[in-house]
Amino acid sequence: MPSMSIFGTITLSQPDPTPGGEQLSALPRDDGGPVFAEPWQAQAFALAVKLSEQGHFTWKEWAAALAAELQAAADRGEPDDGSRYYHCWLAALERLVGEKGWADRAALVARKEVWAEAYRRTPHGKPVELAAGLAPPGRG
Amino acid sequence: MKTSRRDFIANAGAAAAARHDLAHAQEPEQEHHAVVPSDPALRVKSLESLLVEKGLVDPAALDALVDTYQHKIGPRNGAQVVARAWVDPAFRKRLLANGTAAIAEFGFGGWGGDYLVVLENTPKIHNLIVCTLCSCYPWAVLGLPPVWYKSAAYRSRAVIDPRGVLREFGLELPEDVEIRVHDSTAELRYLVLPERPPGSEKLKEEELAALVTRDAMIGVAKVTLTKPEGRP
Repeated sequence: MPSMSIFGTITLSQPDPTPGGEQLSALPRDDGGPVFAEPWQAQAFALAVKLSEQGHFTWKEWAAALAAELQAAADRGEPDDGSRYYHCWLAALERLVGEKGWADRAALVARKEVWAEAYRRTPHGKPVELAAGLAPPGRG
Repeated sequence: MKTSRRDFIANAGAAAAARHDLAHAQEPEQEHHAVVPSDPALRVKSLESLLVEKGLVDPAALDALVDTYQHKIGPRNGAQVVARAWVDPAFRKRLLANGTAAIAEFGFGGWGGDYLVVLENTPKIHNLIVCTLCSCYPWAVLGLPPVWYKSAAYRSRAVIDPRGVLREFGLELPEDVEIRVHDSTAELRYLVLPERPPGSEKLKEEELAALVTRDAMIGVAKVTLTKPEGRP
């Protein structure tokens, strides 16, 4: 199947018309590259797997939460070509963490601000610690 | 209007470049601070740090899992299983009877309570796997799913028009071949056992494993004597 090979680029195949004449969206294709586009996706993946593995929620609960987020994203008209998949994964994780009472929306937002501040205050090349975002500002 | 993947990537690239410029514009010239990560990256860090503080997850275990999925598990696991089934009729029987137990012979599997069912392709039956709801996938043997497997297009079209989908993957099946589409769930995962390619009778198990592609084990391709270059 020499026509199957796609090297380094993403190509779109022409959608086939269905018998009803309606055009369905084309399949996104890959070249067998890395499954995680960015490190945060791998971290989010691992969090869900570990929480489930340790019995904090069942995989069935997880699949339902993820499916709901994927559906919500589709309803919002986001491109559902796989590129938003881990965004939905993350949203599902945040929702389950809230439902389980481990951290509510406000706690997540507050923690995010502390991390952002920690990055802004940490000199380039130094490891970023959460505490740096909590310390009083050095100046200004 | 649906944004094509190509547009999406181009837009994402432009947005990333803009963010980069912005980050640098805001940076004082005399001191370079760490660049603030993207919104999702910060949200994951927040979740992780809060869950670690509550003792719900162990950061070392998270890192180990990421490493395993990025470097150790992949379609090669599944390829070994398929090649063994081709050369060892007793194993093939065990694999088709109880996929979970048979892959455990290789040390594969082990978490989540999901059950693996292996589907055998024959000259008259071609199996195709999909997860219409989200993207359940036989991780233990194939690693993580490719981007197209997670797309709405594949998830819906594999069920509505499997023959058309296979054609897009370059696989034209004769009309008398029955295509069976299997919808995975959180508890039930599938793996396709492709047909052994004709002319491979003299090959050893390891040589056969090298021919088996991820796509063949999902059911969107056949195994051929020359593995298509660049295909996983």
